[in-house]
Amino acid sequence: MDFDLSEEQRLLKDSVDRLMADRYDFESRQLYAKEPEGWSRALWSAYAELGLLALPFDEAHGGFGGGPVETMTIMEAFGRSLALEPYLATVILGGGLLQHGGSEEQKSTYLPQIASGDLRLAFAHTERQSRYDLFDVGTTAQRDGGSFVLNGQKNVVLHGDSADKILVTARVAGSRRDRDGIGLFLVDANAPGVSRRGYPTQDGQRAAEVTLESVRVDAENVIGNPEGALPVVEKVTDIAIAALAAEAIGAMDEMLKLTVDYLKTRKQFNTTIGSFQVLQHRSSEMFIAVEQGRSMAMFAAMMAQEQNPEERRKAISAAKVQIGRSGRFVGQQAVQLHGGVGMTMEYKVGHLFKRVTMIDTLFGDADHHLSKLAETGGLIAA
Amino acid sequence: MDLRFTDEELAFRDEVREFFRTALPDSIRRKMIEDHHPSKDDLVTWSRILNAKGWAVPHWPVEWGGTGWSPVKQYIFRDELQQAPAPEPLAFGVSMVGPVIYTFGNEDQKRRFLPRIANLDDWWCQGFSEPGAGSDLASLKTTAKREGDHYVVNGQKTWTTLAQHADWIFCLVRTDSAVKKQEGISFLLIDMKTPGITVRPIQTIDGGHEVNEVFLDDVRVPVENLVGQENKGWDYAKFLLGNERVGIARIGISKARLKRVRELASLERIGDVPLIEIPRFREKLAAVEVELKALEMTQLRVVAAESRREKGKPDPASSILKIKGSEIQQATTELLMEVVGPFAMPYQPEEEGRNEPTDGPDWASTAAPTYFNWRKISIYGGSNEIQKNIIAKAILGF
Repeated sequence: MDFDLSEEQRLLKDSVDRLMADRYDFESRQLYAKEPEGWSRALWSAYAELGLLALPFDEAHGGFGGGPVETMTIMEAFGRSLALEPYLATVILGGGLLQHGGSEEQKSTYLPQIASGDLRLAFAHTERQSRYDLFDVGTTAQRDGGSFVLNGQKNVVLHGDSADKILVTARVAGSRRDRDGIGLFLVDANAPGVSRRGYPTQDGQRAAEVTLESVRVDAENVIGNPEGALPVVEKVTDIAIAALAAEAIGAMDEMLKLTVDYLKTRKQFNTTIGSFQVLQHRSSEMFIAVEQGRSMAMFAAMMAQEQNPEERRKAISAAKVQIGRSGRFVGQQAVQLHGGVGMTMEYKVGHLFKRVTMIDTLFGDADHHLSKLAETGGLIAA
Repeated sequence: MDLRFTDEELAFRDEVREFFRTALPDSIRRKMIEDHHPSKDDLVTWSRILNAKGWAVPHWPVEWGGTGWSPVKQYIFRDELQQAPAPEPLAFGVSMVGPVIYTFGNEDQKRRFLPRIANLDDWWCQGFSEPGAGSDLASLKTTAKREGDHYVVNGQKTWTTLAQHADWIFCLVRTDSAVKKQEGISFLLIDMKTPGITVRPIQTIDGGHEVNEVFLDDVRVPVENLVGQENKGWDYAKFLLGNERVGIARIGISKARLKRVRELASLERIGDVPLIEIPRFREKLAAVEVELKALEMTQLRVVAAESRREKGKPDPASSILKIKGSEIQQATTELLMEVVGPFAMPYQPEEEGRNEPTDGPDWASTAAPTYFNWRKISIYGGSNEIQKNIIAKAILGF
């Protein structure tokens, strides 16, 4: 057992931290948000230069063979700085689906393009009725010779508006809530029949509503078994949850730091308010929530690689529960302890609070995962 | 970073688990599972089994009976012991006074006391708290006046756990009243058979007798029983309390209890449905399991960092272990109360034994007493509020 970063991981952490410190202070972040795509092309190139966009991929496909610990390191830094770029959508989700579900040819075509920063992806799965159930897929994919024709609507597609290609789940067989019969399709974002309505999200990022009307997808753009994509989708979303847990920890840690700094400088009643025990104890409780969350983010990173899907899913659910609860507590208290200034758009803490709140709604909130975990027998067998 | 146990650590875990499975007497295991207090004889028996194996004091220096295990192995050992579930060796000896003696005591004291602690030949109790010195321990008033080659001790200690069985008590006493309160305290070892010592039981809300008041009237203690230097006792006490926090999360105990909750909740039915299948209940149970898993990972982080830390300087993060560990242990007792339902009600005073048949299932009778008794966990060893002060000061820099 070893909680230390390796020498290489330490170097990666240093270079990401340095990049974000140099170029991602809060004022810059608010400017990046105003760029046409809602994020910074310049930073995207910087990530590519540092190798971040290639990190999780195999060396054979131009990657660095990084694992969940490397991803955790990057995501934590992104969380701290509130990075806006489509890293999760492109590298973790899109790249992950190709890496874990794609053919050799698909991987060698697309992964190097992601790595170089030339290809942006999005993952379209949520539908109006599906809530957090990945298997609830009403969008259809009808066989037509060797190709498929897709019809349906996908909602809250993260960074769907700036993506070049979109990975879409669609039902090839079975009824709406069957686990079998789901296919995964790589759709060109500008293909005939695809319409996208992009919009800003609560946390300052971007998403899109994507409508598919008789969209034709050739056989070469089917990812894996067209009637059995769910296991890969679940595996990659579990990896994404582990990444989001790390991002949330970065954001929570930053909120704790900002809050403690504020309490030590803000004066009322002729003294710094940090001298009041009630505020010190609240800060200690925030610290505990962050550290318990960090422990589960590490657990999630470790278990994202677990081969047994049932064990993996339980662990990821447990982590998502903890992250959701810690994030809510830390976020609410950070705003509370800042007082009025915590409520303002011009101050960073409120944006961090909004990000951790939205992370809870991605891929299942705390209650969703708690009930899934409870249903499948919990963490400790009788 | 690799959070998995190594093959060697896993093999060690299996070895330890197998030992606890075969060496722990069934009667003791039963009592532990059912939340009955092990007797003095039980603890002596078990301590000697461990000592014969060389595992009574694994964390001590090798020359005094320690094993030289890595911090991770120490953790595995403790976790397996708690999950067995087996009684933990008497903390006042092996975790508190023992480390103080081998760290600050002289050679005579080490030779005289340490082997007898390891074998539980001497039962130790802790004379720290006083009626006027709880969280503010340094304000203690029990005095020790030097008269020739003796100290004469006068005062009162309280909350003295299991003093009714004790052969020895280690005490913080005031040897100088003229200086700052922390600087006039000494650490004395006192034979409980010395004239002038009176032990009076305190009954706690669960009906049990664990704690006592200890009165000291002109108790004559040979000066050779002073540990370290006069007036340096506060340093030794801080060292001792720091050690106490490391093992305080008691994760293995909570694991064992959650297993029992799940087991009993599968047997209890509401109508035709086992309690464990009621979503509200099983989600409550799962929520505690999540907290416990998080705490286990936090504990392992503290353990992994331990090997790099200066000896005797506790990680302030161990305050998390105390706070969350106590909250989770208490939550497990609440869950068990819920499983027991109406049969939490019948009360059987401990001193009358539990021979009378209970009204309701046998396993129900200890649920309420344990729930009441375990409220102590967030109070002792530095209350959870004191732990939050420690985090605020030592980590957050207030």
